[in-house]
Amino acid sequence: MNAPAKPEIATVINESGIEVKPLYTSEDVEKSGGYQQVGLPGEYPFTRGIHRLMYRKQPWTMRQYAGFGNPRESNQRFKYLIANGQTGLNVAFDLPTQIGLDSDDPLASGEIGRVGMSIDTLRDFEIAFDGIDLDQITVSLTINGAAAILIAMYLAMAEKRGYDVKRLRGTAQNDILKEFIGRGTWIFPVEPSIRLVGDTIEYCAQHAPKYSPVSVCGYHIRESGATPAQEMAYAFCIARAYADEVIRRGLSIDEFAGRLSYNFNIFGNIFEQVSKFRAGRSLWARIMKEEYGAEKPGSMWLRMIAAGGGGGLTFEQPELNIVRGAYYALISALSGTQTMALCSYDEAYTIPTEYSARISLRTMQILSDEMGLAETVDPLAGSYYVETMTNQMRDKMVEIMAETDAQGGIVKLVSEGVIQAKVSAQAYRMHRDIESGAFPKVGVNRYRNEQDDEHPVEFHAYREEDARLQIDSLNKVRAERDGDAVARCLAQVGSDARAGANVMPAIVAAVKAYASVGEITERLVQVYGRYREPIRF
Amino acid sequence: MTQQHIRVLLAKPGLDGHDQGAKIVVRAMMDAGFEVIYTGLRQTPEAVARIALEEDVDVIALSSMAGSHLPFCGKLKPLLEANGLGDKLWLIGGNLPAQDHAALRALGFKGIFPSGSRLDAITDFIRAHVGSAS
Repeated sequence: MNAPAKPEIATVINESGIEVKPLYTSEDVEKSGGYQQVGLPGEYPFTRGIHRLMYRKQPWTMRQYAGFGNPRESNQRFKYLIANGQTGLNVAFDLPTQIGLDSDDPLASGEIGRVGMSIDTLRDFEIAFDGIDLDQITVSLTINGAAAILIAMYLAMAEKRGYDVKRLRGTAQNDILKEFIGRGTWIFPVEPSIRLVGDTIEYCAQHAPKYSPVSVCGYHIRESGATPAQEMAYAFCIARAYADEVIRRGLSIDEFAGRLSYNFNIFGNIFEQVSKFRAGRSLWARIMKEEYGAEKPGSMWLRMIAAGGGGGLTFEQPELNIVRGAYYALISALSGTQTMALCSYDEAYTIPTEYSARISLRTMQILSDEMGLAETVDPLAGSYYVETMTNQMRDKMVEIMAETDAQGGIVKLVSEGVIQAKVSAQAYRMHRDIESGAFPKVGVNRYRNEQDDEHPVEFHAYREEDARLQIDSLNKVRAERDGDAVARCLAQVGSDARAGANVMPAIVAAVKAYASVGEITERLVQVYGRYREPIRF
Repeated sequence: MTQQHIRVLLAKPGLDGHDQGAKIVVRAMMDAGFEVIYTGLRQTPEAVARIALEEDVDVIALSSMAGSHLPFCGKLKPLLEANGLGDKLWLIGGNLPAQDHAALRALGFKGIFPSGSRLDAITDFIRAHVGSAS
């Protein structure tokens, strides 16, 4: 009704800056580089998937983001999700935990358990995962600034329960460079932050070789305003920075690259997104093989969670987000991801309820069980459009990576706030384009129902009582633990950090002695200092 | 007072790291010709009051996404008043449930801009209220 009139044929440019034609033929594929990178799934360069049979053998893991309040409540929510058929856990932490504050820190006041689970000591982890079989469920910890400590706690908790840490699987997000671009849970300055990521990768390679210590996130860079091509290109630049840090310590690429994984976003144009994933898989394989000399296929695999889509959801007519979510899940399935998660329809304005989180889970189950998405590998392969776009997206990513390197590299650009300024300028332009209607958004700048715009924005009620219980529990642990042992362990963390040694063994010892997240963080801050955010527009 | 002299402090209160919206609003205010002081993340109520005083701003704006707006604003109000900033224009935007708007108004926040508000609505509101109010 109020859709804008279209001219006969307008030029269409996708978000990544590539022109979209009204028709593609084999000639377009040839002109863009041909079919030589297509290959077969399970074979280099893995454009079509990292495994030969993909979902036919094992459907994607479904892992909704969850966790709130105290560890006991989170434990109940985890068990609920598992009972409903979820096959992995994606754990949310509250902000104090994420930035290394104990619950009794004055800065934590009003934030305890608000956006995720509150963790102070190993005791909280023991409660949160009580009764959950860590061999049956893969656990992903959404933790970055304080990742070294939380990984240590997870490994210590598993060991205490009798699991063989050498065989333990799981993932930590632990991608600090993207926290400086978006999401913002940094603690230490850039250089020591990268060193800490290196420490966790090195430690896991030696002690917990099945554990994935880093999930490099294009996701949040995209949420901060990056295009799909930039999302993947910047993520690869960041992954290279971590790989370089670990190689500098004498490890070979094949000793750790097989445990690196990725987290990418799925909102936007279906064909651009699917092409992004196909292109990214072959580009990463090439980088690992040709630039880093990787020999093991596993080192070349772009293992990933393709998830979320929060940036595409709207406040207006929020029930339309259920429909958007279904298309995003379709993109994820067509992308050949290993793991999938969906933002729930109410996520634009609140932490999802059990009801909305179940709709997301069922959306993914409908795709795998009803719609045939798990039956055939890479079903869009051979499409003139998708193959052309895959070639063009790959070229675009190579171009962005080269440009980043030419400007001094991702670490320098992030340290100086250059990438942050660039993506936030893009986010601003996109916001203006949505406001003006230049970028179509159904229910927002067209087909708007003013009378439907009232919707409840709600947060989980914040309960001071829960915060007090968490602080009581921390005080109890402090009273019961061996104070001398804790002091010795914390001193060791400080001296190892000062000496430039890998701090993970000392952190693992400290968490086993029930040293808290805040105490360990404070020791590291004494050596590393705190990050100061560059303000740049 | 002419509009190019409107000085705005835009602060990110508390521990929340979602700054995409705040940075968009900063750019919109700059495009509108305001001078904007953006604090970056993790500001305490004390820091917001101190910077507002030091920078001699006309407008004190907060961007809150993670739900801790009421406790934060409750602590900020007496600090702003104690620093003689009670007559400045106080605004807040972000993830703000409708049932909290009255409480925010009662705390002295004249402009409330929940996510989804138009950028021009924010800058127009500032133009309309700065100068006439002070």
